Amino acid sequence: MTTFLQLLFNGIALGCVYALIALGFTAIHRATNVINFAQGAFLLLGSYLVSTATVDRGLPFAVAVLFGLVAMVVIGIVFQVLVLRRVQGQPVFTVVMITIGLNIILVAVVSALFGSNERGNGVGDPWGNTGVHVGGVVLLWVKTWTIVATAAILAGFFAFDRFSRYGLATRATAIDEEAALAAGIPVRRVNAIAWGLAGALATVAGIFLSGAPNVLDPSIGDIALLAFPAVIIGGLDSPIGAVAGGLVIGLVYEFFDGYSGSLPWLGHNFYSIAPYVVMIMVLLVKPYGLFGRRPVERV
Amino acid sequence: MTAVAAPPQPDALGRRPPARVLLIGMLIAAACTLPFVLDAFWLSTADFILIAAIGGLGLNVLTGYTGQVSLGHAFFLGIGAYTAAFLSDHGINAAIWIPGAGIAAGLLGLLVGPIALRLRGLYLAIVTIGLVFLGTHLFVNIPSITGGPAGRATPQPQWGPADFGGDGLTVAGLTFDRNGCYYFLSLLVLVLAMWFVHNLMRTRTGRSMQAVRDREIAAELMGVNVARAKLASFVVSSILAGVCGALFSAFLFHVDPSQWGLLLSIQFVAIIIVGGIGTVWGALLGSVFITGLPAILQQYSDSLPFLQHSAGEGGIAVSDATNLLYGLLIVVFLVVEPRGLMGIVARANASIGRRRRNATPSVHPSAILEE
Repeated sequence: MTTFLQLLFNGIALGCVYALIALGFTAIHRATNVINFAQGAFLLLGSYLVSTATVDRGLPFAVAVLFGLVAMVVIGIVFQVLVLRRVQGQPVFTVVMITIGLNIILVAVVSALFGSNERGNGVGDPWGNTGVHVGGVVLLWVKTWTIVATAAILAGFFAFDRFSRYGLATRATAIDEEAALAAGIPVRRVNAIAWGLAGALATVAGIFLSGAPNVLDPSIGDIALLAFPAVIIGGLDSPIGAVAGGLVIGLVYEFFDGYSGSLPWLGHNFYSIAPYVVMIMVLLVKPYGLFGRRPVERV
Repeated sequence: MTAVAAPPQPDALGRRPPARVLLIGMLIAAACTLPFVLDAFWLSTADFILIAAIGGLGLNVLTGYTGQVSLGHAFFLGIGAYTAAFLSDHGINAAIWIPGAGIAAGLLGLLVGPIALRLRGLYLAIVTIGLVFLGTHLFVNIPSITGGPAGRATPQPQWGPADFGGDGLTVAGLTFDRNGCYYFLSLLVLVLAMWFVHNLMRTRTGRSMQAVRDREIAAELMGVNVARAKLASFVVSSILAGVCGALFSAFLFHVDPSQWGLLLSIQFVAIIIVGGIGTVWGALLGSVFITGLPAILQQYSDSLPFLQHSAGEGGIAVSDATNLLYGLLIVVFLVVEPRGLMGIVARANASIGRRRRNATPSVHPSAILEE
């Protein structure tokens, strides 16, 4: 039972990280119909920026996080403005492939600037490898904070989406970009905001992912690849689906990891691909995810 | 609208105008003399280019001609590589295991295809990423065939006096070393594959593939069997990937499961984007760029600024630099010349007043994933 509760807690914490990444995918997909394959690179770059600010420059953690967030919002927006506007109106394939190119570029840049080794002190977070013990369950501070912060961010996101002018504009753009343009909605600005938002969400996810006992090295960008199943399970258009999908994937990952000893026939490290197996099973039943809409198509 | 200026087209029997046949003949002749001019390094680079072009052609059938975006190509390469190794372990000759690798990968494509048929666009792209991860997991966990995480040595073709693993072949005073042997084998396979794909796209099946790419629903309404076209495309693409994987792994001498990862898939996507989507020649042109590039950087790392000469020194590691260039090439081509190198070729032809005869122009990416 203790193991179960421990895995449940860890799974929810990890699921929150995936939910943040998946929300970034959803934000961009709703505004632009594109999946941002560079989300993993955003996560990587964001956490390295925070790490540089704390470990190398000695800034306080909170200031460093703020710096990382602002920098990634700017990078997201700059990329949207400088590159993606040039291909606006072009098909999804072009834009998606450009984000794949961007991902390769950013990962190579980080690896070239910082080397491929693990960074000492990670992002310089104040939590260390400590936590509180409740029963036999260890609640690490970093994981507790992940859950609290994610809940706050999600509440903020949904409030923004529901009540702000730009939230309304985003929803309108998601439904029909041309109609939104015709109604005077600044679609370009909506798109830029979505990219900035995705950069910020990825940075937060990266900070929580690289906190102890985990480490920060360039492979952290690959984590976002595991958020694909989350966003696909939830359906690309649904923020609630993204959160639900993230939690499902986090739990699946931790439980398959924790109980791998009793499932030896699944092979070594099965937990690392379990999310994809779940995703494929969900898609076989519901090809547009659990919460996604089947698009109406015209010939 | 007048028939006067129509460029020469193949006649009803598909016979081409003599000029074009001559051009292709000259190209093949030039390709055959190349190994006698190149030194060992460039020849092995040329081998990699030809082998990758086979796989790129396969991806172009699926993505370029049928419009199904796949990031799972590396999985089928891996299947081909390990099928080849498995067959060879059981004492089967390369004349069997090279096509066998293609057939095994093709069968798997037939198996995966129906799943993919349910999915559209980006959903398919992401599920094929899942395929790559499942494949890597599988490869790590069947060490009897794959050697597990440490990898294994790969079989070398051996036909009579031709020993691809060792001395190569000496015929009538001419010596073909290992690189030379692989060069001609890959060239042969590539030419056959290009010929096959070129003709396939003029058949009913090929036309229906292109119809599915251009407008799936419209194609379906006009009576095209969409499921059949997609499945055929999956199978052809997988067969070529399997053969490519078998040759690639054999040429490398040693492979491990981590090689069949997402980055390899992305390299093939880069090959068709840079070369030209939906063209037969695009795969080869793209492969020259994308496969040749790391080799060039490696070779000239000493004289290029900013590059690391050996591990641990300052500067950018060659692997980082090549990745950086892949990424830049993908972005630059998509923004500046979405039709790839074949688009540049077409434009050059147009600007010197020649019509492109009997050739499908490369496809603008807008034809794909338009929803």
